[in-house]
Amino acid sequence: MKPVSYLRAGSVEEAASAHGGRTEARYLGGGTNLVDLMKLGVERPEVLVDITRLPLDDVREQPDGSVRVGATVRNSDLAAHPLIRERYPVVSQAVLSGASGQLRNMATTGGNLLQRTRCAYFQDLAKACNKRVPGSGCAAIEGVNHDHAVLGHSPHCVATNPSDLCVALAAVDAVVELAGPGGGRTVPATEFHRLPGDQPELDTVIRPGELITAVLLPALPHGAVSHYRKVRERASYAFALASVAAVLQLEDGEIRHAGVAFGGLAHRPWRARRTEAALLGTRPSPESVARAVEAELAEAVPLRDNAYKVTLARDLATQVLGSLSTTA
Amino acid sequence: MASHANALGAPIERREGRAKVTGEALYATEYTPPGCLYAWPVTATVARGRIASLDIADALALPDVVDVLTPESAPRLGTSDDATLAVLQDAKVPHHGWPVAVAIADTIEAARAAAEAVRVTYATEPHESVLGDNTADAYRPEEANGGHPAERRRGEPEEAFAAAPVRVDVRYRVPPLHNHPMEPHGATVNWHDGRLTVYDSSQGSDTVRSVLADLFGLPEEQVTVISEHVGGGFGSKGTPRPHVVLAAMASLHTGRPVKLALSRRQLTELVGHRAPTEHRLRLGSDADGTLASVIHEVTTHTSRVKEFVEQAAVPARVMYASGSSLTDHKVAALDVPTPSWMRAPGEAPGMYALESAVDELACALGLDPIELRARNEPGREPDSGLPFSSRHLVECLREGARRFGWADRDPRPGIRREGAWLTGTGVASATYPVLVSPSRATVTAHPDGLHVVRVNATDIGTGARTVLAQVAADALGVGVESVRTEIGSTGLPQAPLAGGSSGTASWGWAVHDASRALAGQLQCHTGPLPPDGLTASADTKGSADQKSAYARHAFGAHFAQVAVDTGTGEVRVRRLLGVYAVGRVLNARTATSQFIGGMVMGLGMALTERGSVDPASGAFIGSDLAGYHVPAHADVPAIEAHWIEERDDHLNPMGSKGIGEIGIVGTAAAIGNAVHHATGVRFRELPLTPDRVHGGL
Repeated sequence: MKPVSYLRAGSVEEAASAHGGRTEARYLGGGTNLVDLMKLGVERPEVLVDITRLPLDDVREQPDGSVRVGATVRNSDLAAHPLIRERYPVVSQAVLSGASGQLRNMATTGGNLLQRTRCAYFQDLAKACNKRVPGSGCAAIEGVNHDHAVLGHSPHCVATNPSDLCVALAAVDAVVELAGPGGGRTVPATEFHRLPGDQPELDTVIRPGELITAVLLPALPHGAVSHYRKVRERASYAFALASVAAVLQLEDGEIRHAGVAFGGLAHRPWRARRTEAALLGTRPSPESVARAVEAELAEAVPLRDNAYKVTLARDLATQVLGSLSTTA
Repeated sequence: MASHANALGAPIERREGRAKVTGEALYATEYTPPGCLYAWPVTATVARGRIASLDIADALALPDVVDVLTPESAPRLGTSDDATLAVLQDAKVPHHGWPVAVAIADTIEAARAAAEAVRVTYATEPHESVLGDNTADAYRPEEANGGHPAERRRGEPEEAFAAAPVRVDVRYRVPPLHNHPMEPHGATVNWHDGRLTVYDSSQGSDTVRSVLADLFGLPEEQVTVISEHVGGGFGSKGTPRPHVVLAAMASLHTGRPVKLALSRRQLTELVGHRAPTEHRLRLGSDADGTLASVIHEVTTHTSRVKEFVEQAAVPARVMYASGSSLTDHKVAALDVPTPSWMRAPGEAPGMYALESAVDELACALGLDPIELRARNEPGREPDSGLPFSSRHLVECLREGARRFGWADRDPRPGIRREGAWLTGTGVASATYPVLVSPSRATVTAHPDGLHVVRVNATDIGTGARTVLAQVAADALGVGVESVRTEIGSTGLPQAPLAGGSSGTASWGWAVHDASRALAGQLQCHTGPLPPDGLTASADTKGSADQKSAYARHAFGAHFAQVAVDTGTGEVRVRRLLGVYAVGRVLNARTATSQFIGGMVMGLGMALTERGSVDPASGAFIGSDLAGYHVPAHADVPAIEAHWIEERDDHLNPMGSKGIGEIGIVGTAAAIGNAVHHATGVRFRELPLTPDRVHGGL
């Protein structure tokens, strides 16, 4: 049994100081993932800094028209917030398609960004996992990899990012606001999560001791429509086999803005830049949308058990973009 | 007094419901005797080999750790028929997850930390853990589970098939499935004054008692096993499991009470699973649908510890008349955890395959699938030639068709579109054998008007207390509220397990006989009752186990409506309806609950549940409740369960057939047949997850 010290921080400064950038310290939000991993022995922190009482729990419109979501806003509150539902349906839909009602009541916005992969080998201490124990190998590459990555994986790791919210954040060009020992900084959501490369133990670019304080949602182009669609193995409470977040703006029948991201396919939410480039300036037809989606997925390298993800993601994205382009 | 005559069948609420929802009902590991220790098993991380070294020094150095038992230090066990219980007896590792040590500590946290600190190395041997590549090594066992002969042949089925004008030759696959009861397996064991008191999460504590007595060399009288409340089992608690043996070893070794609960992940490797099955079905018929040949061949796996053969071809011996038939089982012994009973062993996967193939034949014939089944309704049980004690399959199909609106169905597949969705409907038959075992019971009439039923029945969530009170009230001619039921302890009259859908029939028979005997005594009695009341007892040995001259089975029909998203391959069940012929229904409320529970489990089997074996380690991987997908609320549609009135005088005094398992049987086939009707594509491997369905459309 490992004793854990627990501190409930009252301010960002107090939290940062209690954490101190130590490898054995963790910020504790809703605990819906961290506590699970502690039970499994995957996470063994010695210091827990509870940040749920920090004054970061509101959703507020900024003077420039963007919306600032505090890091401790609960997933349920985020999904239900009028500003989010009206201006960023893709974000609200993504949050509501994740986890269960009870978990969403606990889970925080910042915590959602930092949840770990649900790769079964990562969660099993008896199995080799470079993400859990760097250099130990990857049992998933030759194992049961039905749920694993088809894009951007490496010989060291084939895990996927499990978040739904982050897929939507990538599609709307959200920005992650961080506070840290060296001061504050912002990172685009699309660059916040990493590809595994040869350092799969690093999920994100967050630095030791840094704390997510907010997520900034820029105003979407006027008239833009958005949608999130997730495919999973049961009707609720399962991680995505594949998901798509999309934002489209059309003018005079031409696509003027496109933000498209895939979930369930990679170590990070996969912003589909090739698809977007292919769509911009076009008058969408079923064929042009399908070609645009194919352009992104051409580089997919499926594993033994997950070739289905490529065609599933293709058809899903084609369906979502097709339907958005007729409503935009 | 209330209307006594109507006690049987009435929709009475289960008696322990309030205790359960308020947390007052205690489960096996909620008892904490003074000085109780906690145990945590260390399980093997390889699929085959031997323990090369086992170092417990680090574990023993941790605070609050009492000891770590290993194959060298653990108590020697007596012999048992069940080799899965011979834990910590030698260095051999027969499968991933096999216990190699057990840590004992003052707290559960310390026990777990100690278990993780045990250093084990293995001398591994090559292993095979995935059924598929090795089916050539499969052998024909003497018997399949339930004592059924592995092979039965009637007439010349291959020749008849070859000559049949209409033929279906198809293969179906069902993956490994996990029982996953809500309450994990756990036990609290206390050695005191030469006695062993055990609280165990079990479907039958008398067996736990006799097995522990054998293993630990004790007279049965010195062992008490209590299973007062049990949070489901679905077969996985039907026999004693290693957790109770490990806990008893730890208690014997330390001289203190010990509590041990398996984690969700340990369950999948220590309490059995439904073995995967591969089915080849050959159905040959005349042009009018009359079956000339039924051939059902099953290949499955077992472990190297103990042979367990899922009897999936057995229902084909019961279901349909045919000119000839072959039903056969083969099994490959792999380096896998030992499979065992899971709700409707044999019938659930076997009827999935058979009823899917019958649907395929109906399509090939252009015949309504209900009509095809009706045309092959047998007068006697096809395999044995015995008359049925009662059989109302066709009535169930017809009644279900009426309630479901089957008559309006357009049989053409793939034509009902709602946007991206295609919809369809399907039907399948269900069957489950009537099983019953001898039981004892006593019933006491007290001077204050109370009647107390005592029988070591187990309530695994079915409402056993309630229905047994109804049986007694009916037989005594008293109000059900005057009857108290005491169950769940080996201190009570001996009784068989809650399994094989036989509990109520077995216990109820003895309760009925004791109640009738008591009623006779009361009739002769004059004056006030003695202070201890009057007691009558019954033992149905010699009656309940008498071989019947009849083939006795429950039957049913399942109907499903599904929608399939053609863009994503997602399948959603919109409606499920079951109609059953199960003799007399003894409690309309709890029976409905069991039927619906079975159908939900069948829905999971059809759409979401899949056990996955990691080929490299031989482990079930991703098998906790986050990775192993049982249906969530959002998956479960409007479900209806109905039954037809069926009188059968060849069963037991109540006239009831078992109802705990038939709900799962046929549900997966009805859903699969509906998916074909929706899409025009026949998917032959479960579960029907988006990857498969999307890929196949």
